[in-house]
Amino acid sequence: MEAVIIGVGLHPFGRFPGKSAIDMGAEAVRLALADAGVTWPQVQGGYVGSLEVSNPDAIVDRLGLTGIPLRGVFNGCATAGTAVSLAARAIETGEHDLTIAIGMDKHPRGAFAADPSVAGLPDWYAQTGMMLTTHFFGMKINRYMHDHGITERTLARVAAKNFRNASGNEKAWRRQALTEEEILASPVLNYPLRQFMYCGPDEGAAAVVLCRADQAHKYTSTPVRVRASVLRSRRLGAFEVQSLAVPTVENAPSPTVDASLAAYEAAGIGPEDVQIAQLQDTDAGSEIIHMAENGLCKDGEQERLIAEGATEPGGRLPVNTDGGLIGNGEPIGASGLRQIHEVVHQLRGTAGARQVPGSPRVGYTHLYGMPGVSAVTILST
Amino acid sequence: MTNTKTIPVAEDLFTWPSDDPRLIGSQCADCGLVAFPAADLCARCGSGKTDRRTLANEGTLWTFTTQGFRPPTPPYNGNDTAETFQPYTVGYVELADGLLVEARLTEPDPEALTIGQRMRMVVLPYSVADDGTQILTFAFAPAGAVAEEA
Repeated sequence: MEAVIIGVGLHPFGRFPGKSAIDMGAEAVRLALADAGVTWPQVQGGYVGSLEVSNPDAIVDRLGLTGIPLRGVFNGCATAGTAVSLAARAIETGEHDLTIAIGMDKHPRGAFAADPSVAGLPDWYAQTGMMLTTHFFGMKINRYMHDHGITERTLARVAAKNFRNASGNEKAWRRQALTEEEILASPVLNYPLRQFMYCGPDEGAAAVVLCRADQAHKYTSTPVRVRASVLRSRRLGAFEVQSLAVPTVENAPSPTVDASLAAYEAAGIGPEDVQIAQLQDTDAGSEIIHMAENGLCKDGEQERLIAEGATEPGGRLPVNTDGGLIGNGEPIGASGLRQIHEVVHQLRGTAGARQVPGSPRVGYTHLYGMPGVSAVTILST
Repeated sequence: MTNTKTIPVAEDLFTWPSDDPRLIGSQCADCGLVAFPAADLCARCGSGKTDRRTLANEGTLWTFTTQGFRPPTPPYNGNDTAETFQPYTVGYVELADGLLVEARLTEPDPEALTIGQRMRMVVLPYSVADDGTQILTFAFAPAGAVAEEA
């Protein structure tokens, strides 16, 4: 039985001093339940993801102690993809009729720093100043620009678009629009990427309620179908974040490509059918690369497509219409559920001032992160 | 008298002391895959039979980026401060052994680096311990720059 989304809830992303991640998560759940028109005791099972909250399932204390299985999940930046995928799978397999996916986080300021051993990396890699995920993003787009003729101006256009989109989103974090010139005047953090081309870790929560497709009519007239939800890890030879070395005798694409191809096949939907997309924009370069890795254009076409405005809200393929990670920041556990929240509203036609024209029927969400993992979902009306 | 002792940041990472330092990798005895750092288990075929092997000390620059601010301590343990921090670069160097190796680069100016240029491995201090012992790591330098200094 296919799973459909009947409710979405989003706690704003940003900084909320004195408010715990679990309290934000509980608010997001209540919004999602209200959106679906159900109450917590109707939820039969769920999946909850967080980096900072070691016991995210403790959220039941804020929602109701109903005894349901609420399983904790974590896959780095792809955590929310796992939560929604397993919540859908529980319906597809018949385990439950109504499930929930929850994500929440509350990160300290600055780049993620960690004990290298928890990521399976040697101490020397961190001690010598190499264990910074941001290096990967700078190095991947540097090579990509070299190979495919992408310019610094295009990096600035992407960042400016996402800040502009965020400025019209009352739940976004960085809501001040920035010009391309302001972005190009910000300091280089990891050549060729500048300060205002990066997302930052912040705080927030989101939740998605799903049910069996044949019961959706009880709750909503606008269910959104989960056509595919796929997770893939890196293969040998892929150029991946925090790789101490990469064999060149093996060739493998990014796990994004693997997840994307598997999702299109499972959905019976091709990239030409996608009408709106949310792509992991850890930085402006990542959004550009991910357009091609998700099959939405060919390598190098981004230079022209972005200049033409194809990924603007009124363009042929709007990307990151709510501001993406650049505009919203990245509370890791919640980030992918924010993407789904946006796409669900766009497919329902309830995105308000952000609503894209043309009544899109197929939407796409994509996550990528450590240690070389990607999650893709394809949604449709 | 100042302490002139040196110590590598990790054992089994590069040959030292040496006039011709090399990175220490490994090669799978069953499928031949070369790995760095040296691994006891092959990431391709899963074999537990691997042998130590030193890697080429020259290669070509595959990509690079900069580090514009001092990384958080811990885990970074350079003896600089936010005030004395000097921006540095990192990159991947393609070696004929069949792999890209990530390393710090000696050239701090990204405009002075070009994808595809020849690079040569060097060993240099990146920090100083409390007793004055210099802590060494490996890096890659533009091949021409090494020749000029020699």
